[in-house]
Amino acid sequence: MEFFVAQILTGLANASSLFLVACGLSLIFGVTRIVNFAHGSLYMIGAYVGYSLIQVLPGVVGFWGAILLAGIVVGIIGVLIEMLVLRPVYKAPELFQLVATFGVILVIQDLALIIWGPEDLLGPRSPGLRGVVRIMGEPIPKYDLALLVITPFVALSLWYLMTKTRLGVLVRAATQDREMVGALGVNQAWLFTGVFGLGAALAGLGGALQLPKGGADLLMDFNILTPVFVVVVIGGMGSLPGAYLAAIIISVLNVFGVTYVPQSTLVLMFIVMIVVLMVRPYGLFGREEVAGEHGQVGEPERPIKPASNKARMIVGAGLFLLALLPIFGSSFSLVLATDVLIFCLFAASLHFLLGTGGLVSFGHAAYYGGGAYVAALLVTHANTPMELAFLLAPLGAGLAALAIGWVCLRLTGVYFAMLTLAFAQLIWSLVFQWGDVTGGDDGLLNIWPAEWLKSTSTYFYFTLILAVSGIILLRHIAHSPFGYALRAARDSKRQAEAMGIDTARVQLFAFGFAGLMGGLAGALFVFAKGSVFPNELEIARSFDALIVVFLGGVKTLAGGVVGAGFFKGIEETLLRFEYWRLLMGLLIIFVVIAAPNGVVGSLRKGLERSGLIKAGDQ
Amino acid sequence: MLEVSKINSFYGKAHVLRDLSISVPKGQVVALLGRNGAGKSTTLKSVMQIVQTMSGEITFAGTKISGLMPHKIAKLGLGYVPEDRRIFTDLTVLENLIVGMQPPREGAATWTQDMLFDLFPNLAERRNNRGKALSGGEQQMLTIARTLMGNPSFVLFDEPSEGVAPVIVEQMAQVITQLKSEGLTILLSEQNLHFAKVVADRAVIIESGEQKFDGTLAELEAHPEVRDAYLAA
Repeated sequence: MEFFVAQILTGLANASSLFLVACGLSLIFGVTRIVNFAHGSLYMIGAYVGYSLIQVLPGVVGFWGAILLAGIVVGIIGVLIEMLVLRPVYKAPELFQLVATFGVILVIQDLALIIWGPEDLLGPRSPGLRGVVRIMGEPIPKYDLALLVITPFVALSLWYLMTKTRLGVLVRAATQDREMVGALGVNQAWLFTGVFGLGAALAGLGGALQLPKGGADLLMDFNILTPVFVVVVIGGMGSLPGAYLAAIIISVLNVFGVTYVPQSTLVLMFIVMIVVLMVRPYGLFGREEVAGEHGQVGEPERPIKPASNKARMIVGAGLFLLALLPIFGSSFSLVLATDVLIFCLFAASLHFLLGTGGLVSFGHAAYYGGGAYVAALLVTHANTPMELAFLLAPLGAGLAALAIGWVCLRLTGVYFAMLTLAFAQLIWSLVFQWGDVTGGDDGLLNIWPAEWLKSTSTYFYFTLILAVSGIILLRHIAHSPFGYALRAARDSKRQAEAMGIDTARVQLFAFGFAGLMGGLAGALFVFAKGSVFPNELEIARSFDALIVVFLGGVKTLAGGVVGAGFFKGIEETLLRFEYWRLLMGLLIIFVVIAAPNGVVGSLRKGLERSGLIKAGDQ
Repeated sequence: MLEVSKINSFYGKAHVLRDLSISVPKGQVVALLGRNGAGKSTTLKSVMQIVQTMSGEITFAGTKISGLMPHKIAKLGLGYVPEDRRIFTDLTVLENLIVGMQPPREGAATWTQDMLFDLFPNLAERRNNRGKALSGGEQQMLTIARTLMGNPSFVLFDEPSEGVAPVIVEQMAQVITQLKSEGLTILLSEQNLHFAKVVADRAVIIESGEQKFDGTLAELEAHPEVRDAYLAA
């Protein structure tokens, strides 16, 4: 019993930072409709800034002052990010702002590395709260008790702000219909900036508050991101009480998980989330999200057309040149070209889902990494020949996608996206923690192609043929009757159903098919590299694909492939620099602002405007 | 007071308003009539710049407002009552009014919550209910009350009589007449000719985004062929 109480207290203390970060994210999403992926980065800066300030400011007052100041500093950084990066892209197609926040993540990672160095910083103890208190005989750190008091206090202040002040009323009104709030004379731009700043400040505060428990390191940004998304989704996007309750549930559960089932701690969280969403599709306290209800209605979709003969000839010529690469290119350029081709196929499979299907998946790496792991596991444990593995890997990934899609497709919009992310993380944590079978963090090694594909140039041709066929197949399907049905389901689910299209089935099949093609890319990858590690399943990998698809242009057929080729190429080039993330991040932000329709989309608009091509031409 | 001259508006590629001009002098109530899809709502949204105008100019009380952000236009004293009500359903009646609150304005009536509750007694009883608990008529009243909280000198009403019970329609007509007598200038879009006859001084008829008639309601009465050509029965 004593132990039980102590566990719960620890859980509640741990919930503190999680809650602060999560309600900041939730607040920002509620008003601006931006899923701020850079929220973990703001949390990380909060920790670093807090650390530096504590070094300078002495004593108890200095400690708490530093934590508060860290929150304020991060709030100001948030305001700057909103004004410089997000403001120019609010009118871009929905979710495009996501990409800008990816760019911010990269920039902040390198800035933190430059300013604070690569070593983990040990969190300073809180003066006056160093020891433990015995509660029912169990030692509880005094700092934990302080957190137990602080969190409800912050939560109550926020609740007061949101319900009792005009600002709070305006924020809630804008959450529902921001255009109408503007028509009533409220400047939305400042409301957005204010809310973003407040959300950022909360994240920074969360980062600084956890210093005595966890310190500061460069992995904090992604590490907090997953539990924070889980909390926000379980609680309901935009709900503060929901975020509070969910933060407590997850933290307490985690403490007990560590004690009783240490191998499954990572998995546990996602199982809770999946169960909650199955029962309450919009989280505990959330309400249905109606995309584009009022305010954010973009330009209507342009109809897509099969490539013209001219375009086909250009692509054909490009492929011919590519096929000549083994003759005049170096072996490095072959490896690079193979990587890019694989990535193009991966991106094209996600693009199919996103562009043609309108289904935004945040966890597409599950099928790419999944395919790679299916092949690697078959080779490692069953000595499967490569040819068979190449058949089974996409199938395995496709089946996994069918199963996961079956669950996720019950939800729509951002909840769908979050659930796909949760499943991807679930698979990642299974692979990561089930070391006996998957090798865990050490990965699976010695997965080489069969004898006839051993040489770099043959493998390059093999990849070229499979990737190009895959991409052509994906394009072809977009123009098939199935593609029409899928696009109909994307544009108007109800009308599609009224025409007799079983939209659930069409979308499920599309999800499975995209998974299958992702799996094929994964299989190509594992045999190209000879090994696979859990990071092929990570969020970061899913993000890579999302970035290129968005930057390439979701609404254009070629967007995914062009984006992948373009950005993979640039990334490989930038990797040689020490601070490549900073450069890449800035480049991404630049493209987002300069080309809000994606590279392909903006290029076409530019050409149309200059009269070089006619509107509607491919 | 409001001068719309030769504006053109688009939804994507669809050309909705074509060289449309409307003039609303101070103190008048002008009814914008036309069939479904004629462009009435788009006209009001264009004035508010919720729909951006591609060419032409709109001036309000001497200030050019085409190209401004909607919130700036609202700040100049132009109130907008949207057709689909668009109250904040998660907020209470009082909170809805708080969103609309603006400082007093010279040359316009200054409204308080209590005055609005006198004008709409139903809302007074429901002040702490959430928007989604209100009936259609009550929501329509709340939309108007919310806009009046901004102390506008001019209000755009988008089909105030649409989709509410006849008794509410009557109440709307009374309210608009009262607002007019207090000096408010009004441009309202309507499909209901009878409603327009009760409240309006002048009628402008549009069809496919082009102006087809501009005159008093008596003049419209004298030209039944205009009515038959451009208005639904």
